[in-house]
Amino acid sequence: MSTVIEVRNVSKSYGGVIANKDVSMDVHSGGITGLIGPNGSGKTTLFNSIVGYHPIDSGSIKFENREISKLNVPEIARLGLLRTFQQTRIYGEMNGVENMLISLPHRKMKLMESFGNNSAEDYERADHLLEFVGLYEKRFLRSGSLSFGQQKLLEFAMALMNEPTCLLLDEPTAGINPTLINGLIDRLKRANSEFGITLFIIEHNMRVIMNMADHIYCLAHGELLAEGAPDQIQNDQRVIDAYLGAH
Amino acid sequence: MTALKVILYIVLLAFTVAAPFLFPDFRTQLATLWLMIVVSLTWDMTGGQMGYNSLGNIFFYGTGMYVAAVISIGLVYDVAEYTSAAGGGMNDFTPVQYFTGVGLGMLGAGIFCALCALILGYILFGLRGPYFAIGTLGVAIAAGELVSNWEWVGGGQGITLPVYPADLDEGKLFFYFLFAGTGVILFIFLRWLYGTRFGAAINAIRDDEEKAEAMGIHTMRYKLVTWSMAGFFVGIVGAISAFQLISFEPLESAYQTINLGIFMVVCVLLGGKGTLWGPVIGAIVFHVFKEVTWNYLLGWQWVALGALIVVTVVYFQDGIMGWLAHRKPEWFGVRVEKNDATEGADR
Repeated sequence: MSTVIEVRNVSKSYGGVIANKDVSMDVHSGGITGLIGPNGSGKTTLFNSIVGYHPIDSGSIKFENREISKLNVPEIARLGLLRTFQQTRIYGEMNGVENMLISLPHRKMKLMESFGNNSAEDYERADHLLEFVGLYEKRFLRSGSLSFGQQKLLEFAMALMNEPTCLLLDEPTAGINPTLINGLIDRLKRANSEFGITLFIIEHNMRVIMNMADHIYCLAHGELLAEGAPDQIQNDQRVIDAYLGAH
Repeated sequence: MTALKVILYIVLLAFTVAAPFLFPDFRTQLATLWLMIVVSLTWDMTGGQMGYNSLGNIFFYGTGMYVAAVISIGLVYDVAEYTSAAGGGMNDFTPVQYFTGVGLGMLGAGIFCALCALILGYILFGLRGPYFAIGTLGVAIAAGELVSNWEWVGGGQGITLPVYPADLDEGKLFFYFLFAGTGVILFIFLRWLYGTRFGAAINAIRDDEEKAEAMGIHTMRYKLVTWSMAGFFVGIVGAISAFQLISFEPLESAYQTINLGIFMVVCVLLGGKGTLWGPVIGAIVFHVFKEVTWNYLLGWQWVALGALIVVTVVYFQDGIMGWLAHRKPEWFGVRVEKNDATEGADR
């Protein structure tokens, strides 16, 4: 298995607060990698560093063997490395279909092509993915009027529309109705197996992440605490201590 | 487009052509109405469709005036000599020179303003929200002050252009059709543009620019191109205004930040931000309101106008089209549709 994202010795601090210290990890192509850790352990900071949201203090981040730690957000997104947000972000004034169509990959789109219209295949793909996340009936509603959980599903569908190589999901099940979570896990797994998208997931819900990921990293106080297969992590005393506050 | 819409557009176009003949006494007011429509539509391109509230679009209007004046004078005279003579015996233009000046002046003003928007946008689009509004306002005010101290273009006295070289009533028709023509072309252009991927991209920037960046949209590119399209059309109507007004000066008529510069924003808010028809309807209502109060409430006209602005901003933020969209969402394509797809996820 080749490595899609290679994080090496990344450190990031905000003033005196050290959010990430000397973190290294690999995300393998085609897999589902999990990232867990107590609140404030630096998970979202690491995600933000990877997608170019802020410059890192030291270290290196590579995407498909290309150094990306100096690139900005849209450039990294156009390479095929996409993220969703913890606080869901969709285009609230536009309806579901419009949200999907504007999420078509902009990697190759030239300015002149933007003056064209979307093709029938684009519409079909949008409808298909909206169907995939269960929002087909609500596709002509203003997406800002959808519930939080539905917006989260829409954001996920938009990410799929963009055909990324790798998708970083920041707490995909937070705020979603427990009965919908199983459906979402199933869809995430299918996105991974059917569309071949590598997933890198921050998740607090242990049942969800243990069920999905094939490899898990655990952060605590900005440092890498443990890594391994789900059952290894589950039985790691350091991880249990970090979550129960034995520090 | 449905047949009903086609008929509606034909009727509107016919009325546009017939209006100055039906109401010959109001030719100048009708021309000004089209000016209001153009500046409102262009303001809405960034303000309503892209979420960047510019208070400095008047910069393109003033700059358009000056560029057109300099071009049309420069074709015949030395600009410095002409402006220092201030109309003293140096404004003989043959009809051919006049109309060449108008045509090239309009074109030059549009292109120059589009370029200005690219350069200014590159600097200013780093600012968001109220900072962008204040930044652009600063540009317009600074430009007015700079030009009023620039003797080559007449300084604070401004420029006096040649008069329309024929019957003055015919001149009023000429300017009406220049404004109306620009307005109709702009409307058709925007109707098309908002339906393309480009339109969707600027809407995405309005709704959540950070998300748009995270999805890989070339945000800066779209912002620059949109503002330069707006600048192009504002520059053109600025040029037409220069020839229509004949004599203009920098602070009150060219870079008039507190009049037209604010009116265009109020028109859009009144009609409904981010819609194609909102700015048009807003401009018509606003202009009629303004003309009526200026005629029948003289002395209180600014109070009435101020009251209209306050009421719009405080109680009627969504404007006429926004109010309609709340009342009749189905007219705007909002609907729940039964699932008729045969394949897909289980739910």
